[in-house]
Amino acid sequence: MVKREVVGAHYGLRDWLAQRITAVVMAIYTLLLVLALVRVPAIDFWHWQALWKLPVMRYATVLFLLSVYYHAWIGVRDIFMDYIKDPGLRLTLYVIVIGALVCYAVWSVQILWSL
Amino acid sequence: MTKPRPKHLNLLQIRLPLPGVISIMHRAFGATLFLAIPLLLYAMQLSLESPQSFDGLKSVLAHPLVKVISLGLVWAYLHHFCAGIRYLALDLDYGTDLGPARASAKAVVAVSLALTLLIGVWIW
Repeated sequence: MVKREVVGAHYGLRDWLAQRITAVVMAIYTLLLVLALVRVPAIDFWHWQALWKLPVMRYATVLFLLSVYYHAWIGVRDIFMDYIKDPGLRLTLYVIVIGALVCYAVWSVQILWSL
Repeated sequence: MTKPRPKHLNLLQIRLPLPGVISIMHRAFGATLFLAIPLLLYAMQLSLESPQSFDGLKSVLAHPLVKVISLGLVWAYLHHFCAGIRYLALDLDYGTDLGPARASAKAVVAVSLALTLLIGVWIW
């Protein structure tokens, strides 16, 4: 007997789940960030910078931003899948979006660790 | 046997129910937020680089047009956030009946608009 798989490439469930896990990470971070911002005594440069220098802030923010980029990739890819019919154009757009998101990730770390 | 399915894809004539409206807004705002990422990262960088760049950013953000754009992005984020929470609930089988689904769609619009208004009042 040949065991046949009649469904697609199998990344659907993984991406569906990743989209939801990253969403929960981002939602929790958003609520905690609002709490943190409310507790800052004054929004001037030194208080602002001190807040983002905290290691917990750096790591939480990097986790948040990486979640954003992965979430954005799945979302934007789904939009392209729905509306861009030409495979060549779609592939080009995928490459551009992935390139941009990788650059954003490097840039994010650079911003937070150059303080 | 295949029956011809009714098709009515004239976007100007389709009357989308509210859950459908917030769904397409979720997508459109998601795309908007994606496009805004470089701007937001740049703003973040300016705010943290030096007191001079911090003040520079502050004066740019004080411009009325920039305030309107920022508030638009805030609305996009809040709508995407609230609608996203609704989808998570639907995934867990909460509120999947027609009545509750329509009510929660209304709540998404109301809560995201109310919070946007609140932040709008705060930044003006």
